[in-house]
Amino acid sequence: MTDLSCTPEEEEFRARLREWLGDVLPGLPAEPSPDDWPGRRAYDTAWQRMLYDAGYAGLHWPVDAGGRGATPTQHLIFLEETERAGAPYVGANFVGLLHAGPTIATEGTAGQRARWLPPVLRGDEIWCQGFSEPEAGSDLASLRTRAVRDGDHYVVSGQKIWTSHAEVADWCELLVRTDPAVPKHRGISWLAMRMDAPGVTVRPLRTLAGSTEFAEMFLDEVRVPVSHRVGAENDGWRVTMVTLSFERGTAFVGEVVACRRTLAALAAEARANGRWDDPVLRRTLGRLNAEFRALWRLTQWNVSEAQRAGAAGGVPGTGGSVFKLRYSQARQELYDAAAEVLGADGADLDREWVLDRLTSLSYTIAAGTSQIQQNIVAERILGLPKGR
Amino acid sequence: MDFQLSDDQRALRAGIRELLAGRFGRDRMRAALDAGTDVDRVVWGELGAAGFFALRLPEAEGGVGLGLPEAVLLFEEAGRVLLPGPLAATHLAAGAVKGAAEGGTVVAVLDEGRPVAHLGAADALIAVVGGEVRVLEGAALRALVRGAARPVRSLDPLTPLHRVTAPAALGDPLPGGGAARFRREGTLLSAAEQLGSAARTIEMAVQHARGREQFGSPIGAFQAVKHLCAQMLVRAELARAAVYAAAVTADPVEIAGAKLLADEAAVRNARDCLQVHGGMGFTWEADVHLHLKRAWLRAGQWLTAAEAEEALAADLC
Repeated sequence: MTDLSCTPEEEEFRARLREWLGDVLPGLPAEPSPDDWPGRRAYDTAWQRMLYDAGYAGLHWPVDAGGRGATPTQHLIFLEETERAGAPYVGANFVGLLHAGPTIATEGTAGQRARWLPPVLRGDEIWCQGFSEPEAGSDLASLRTRAVRDGDHYVVSGQKIWTSHAEVADWCELLVRTDPAVPKHRGISWLAMRMDAPGVTVRPLRTLAGSTEFAEMFLDEVRVPVSHRVGAENDGWRVTMVTLSFERGTAFVGEVVACRRTLAALAAEARANGRWDDPVLRRTLGRLNAEFRALWRLTQWNVSEAQRAGAAGGVPGTGGSVFKLRYSQARQELYDAAAEVLGADGADLDREWVLDRLTSLSYTIAAGTSQIQQNIVAERILGLPKGR
Repeated sequence: MDFQLSDDQRALRAGIRELLAGRFGRDRMRAALDAGTDVDRVVWGELGAAGFFALRLPEAEGGVGLGLPEAVLLFEEAGRVLLPGPLAATHLAAGAVKGAAEGGTVVAVLDEGRPVAHLGAADALIAVVGGEVRVLEGAALRALVRGAARPVRSLDPLTPLHRVTAPAALGDPLPGGGAARFRREGTLLSAAEQLGSAARTIEMAVQHARGREQFGSPIGAFQAVKHLCAQMLVRAELARAAVYAAAVTADPVEIAGAKLLADEAAVRNARDCLQVHGGMGFTWEADVHLHLKRAWLRAGQWLTAAEAEEALAADLC
């Protein structure tokens, strides 16, 4: 706990970033509606291009992958400042920047990196994630989508589900079973599949929030070149674990800052509409202040640990599980408190925070349910015996 | 930014852990419990000799010259082993009350409106009344104990309590002691003890869950038990980040958040640890009730949940 302050270089980085954000953000167009996926793709990729042109794209990626090789602390400052300034969310670039990109950067060949990474950083190409299947959600390794070798191609058939951004994606990071004869973790491979390949059918799924932010995907004898496999054949599980450690690492940093901003806005709203006089609600907001302050400190703790370990941007997956368990719960409590602040307006979908409340229901499910995360914490950190 | 323990801090923590294991191990704790000893003056003196109380005094004044982060590590270790006594008050009085720094004087604290812990063992009493911090010793203290103090049957067998009425403006102002800073630091050190207790009850629960078999397997293999233990770790780690950060910044709102989360971690972890122990957990022989009772007591000291939440709410405006 020696130091929570930033070095002069880090403060200079922060000041330059603030200045740039102050220059560009006022000129941004209005955000498209949550359901306008082509509009959102255009908006998100335009923002990514601006980041690229200003030298902020792939900040925490290694330099030889086209990134800036920034320290975890600089990455943290970047996420903190962009969120504080109200800059656009990573949006449709999420999988490319935080999953597929880092995986290709770590596990891909030189040719694969040259082909796939620059378009992600420039905002030219969008990726989606083809991991989950109807029969393989939390037990991801039991996936059934088959890939059979035919010369220099794999022929892929099966079904994926919960595929965010599938409608607007150019590429899919796809997990397939390449050897059904071996134990389930050992027969999986990681492929990059074009979304416009013949045999790919995308059907949007309507969420409880009323939107179509994700889809199911049917694969009918889709031909994927063998050269689009990242990592060795049947080594896809290990490759995937690399991806997931990124997902559970810094993926939520910006959102903690966003939650602190929302909490301050809730307090202002409550003071304006008189709800602040309710001591139960006021104390709930006070408690949430403690939660999000502490979650921010826990992030700094994890990032410092990663920085000491020399990791580039990621944090250990188990520390990420501890963080995600509390964060996903606190964020749901935040929007429950928002409904209390809104009172009668809490049922008005056009009021701020009402749609967020619906969306927040996914946080304890997506990226590993809270129950699975608790198993991870109990078995891998506390050393309790494996269950059946 | 490098928000991790330094090598010196790790060494300090290991040193105090070793000292406490040698001087106040489980057998010594249970012996104190059976004998009804609340402050063991030999242990108190040894802590003093090791710099526990003089930790933050400048070296020129015979202290160790370290800061709040290091003090938090020591208090976390004290919380782990259920070390009884008015540790925070004596630590905060070091340099201002004669003998406190060396561990020769036991200093209790009177926080207006709350029961006083360890009054019977105290050589000096610090009274925090309104914005003032005053110190009572000798005849004035004896007069107060005789006249205005009434013993309370304490929830925690290792922490005797007195109710003190009419805390008149007795005694002399404590040198260098503003009430706000005194309260802030007392709150933080108490949160550190809660953190230590929360971490210790995880170890106790995990150890039991690994060894105890039911239905042919260790109970720790069952998800219901696993999830209790996992949530214990999540609470303790969030509290740890909050307490350590508050020690670095000394910010009053951050300290309030740290106390709130550390109280919750200590109390709820002890309850969950008791649940994991099953019927054994409800017995006097298991140590878990001692952690829970102390955690409940500390949750009512320095800054309660209601006070912390109001302070954190006020910070939002």
